[in-house]
Amino acid sequence: MIVRILGEGQFELHESQTASLDELDKALVAAIDANDEATFHDVLSRLVQSVRSEGAPVGPDRFVPSDLTLPHEGSSLAEVRELLASEDVRES
Amino acid sequence: MGVMKRLTNIVQAKANKVLDKAEDPRETLDLSYEKQIEQLQQVKRGLADVATAKKRIELQAQQLQQAATKLQGQARQALAQNREDLATEALTRRSGIATQLEGLKTQHDQLAQQQERLEATTQQLQARVEAFRTQKETLKASYTAAQAQTRIGEAVSGISESMSDTGLAMQRAQDKIAQMQARAGAVDELLASGTLTDLSGSSDPLQAQLDKAAASGDVELQLAQMKAELNPAAQAPSGELGSGASEEPVDGEVVADKPVAPAPTPADPFSLDDAGGAS
Repeated sequence: MIVRILGEGQFELHESQTASLDELDKALVAAIDANDEATFHDVLSRLVQSVRSEGAPVGPDRFVPSDLTLPHEGSSLAEVRELLASEDVRES
Repeated sequence: MGVMKRLTNIVQAKANKVLDKAEDPRETLDLSYEKQIEQLQQVKRGLADVATAKKRIELQAQQLQQAATKLQGQARQALAQNREDLATEALTRRSGIATQLEGLKTQHDQLAQQQERLEATTQQLQARVEAFRTQKETLKASYTAAQAQTRIGEAVSGISESMSDTGLAMQRAQDKIAQMQARAGAVDELLASGTLTDLSGSSDPLQAQLDKAAASGDVELQLAQMKAELNPAAQAPSGELGSGASEEPVDGEVVADKPVAPAPTPADPFSLDDAGGAS
């Protein structure tokens, strides 16, 4: 499974390692819905850290699409909201 | 759907728009390569823009520092003249500058961070462009094999996605630059309007009052000196007066360019301060 951290690059993780990411992803959704900036920052930084520590960086000579994508490290809630909103624009 | 999946779809959708023009996958490979080269140039230009923005902030910070130093000098001068009101005014303005400087520092840090990231992006992109250049020829040569077609599709998706990522990184850097420009504009206006730096100008009420106070202090001093000359028993010896005459510019940072006093004997800057403080 390939995970991209925006602005940083791609990492390869084993399927078994993605269960904890799913949990954190849900927490991230909840933080966004609750407009809880502090929790959002906390969860995002844990996600970024765990992808970095558990994944192996994808080399520059490997060109593959990602399965999952994380926002830029240190993104604000507003920035991520704006990114997600571009999806709605596309769909409409 | 989780945030991570949604973001993946968004990033990939942005990317596909760039590359779905070519019909032949081999053309897509060439197009991908060209686009990456283009993007590498863009990132390099973006890096230069960030560096310029940082420089502008550094320059403004310098100007504000100078204004702050000047205000501190004026506060001292005001205190020496027993004008605590003017000293308060000068120090209040100085603390306003400190606030501005803090804001500039935050922006400077953000831009430095963007610079660091764009530098990393540039290096990555450079390595990828190099790797892709050789790989695309291999892929093209083996294009007829069904497996290769799949690989081309995957490679192109991978390329598009990372281009989209790079595009977002540049957008972030540009946003920071735009924020910097807004603040820099405001600071420039402040500096230009004379609120902060033109304190030595005649239009500045604080400096005008200080000059006035300095002038009257000077008159008092000269009176004291004249009295001392008429009465040798008084405290100021004539030798000290003579040496003081040539040293007037030392006091000059704020006052020297003003016609301080019409008297033929210029004041000793050190004793002027003493006289002002004692009165």
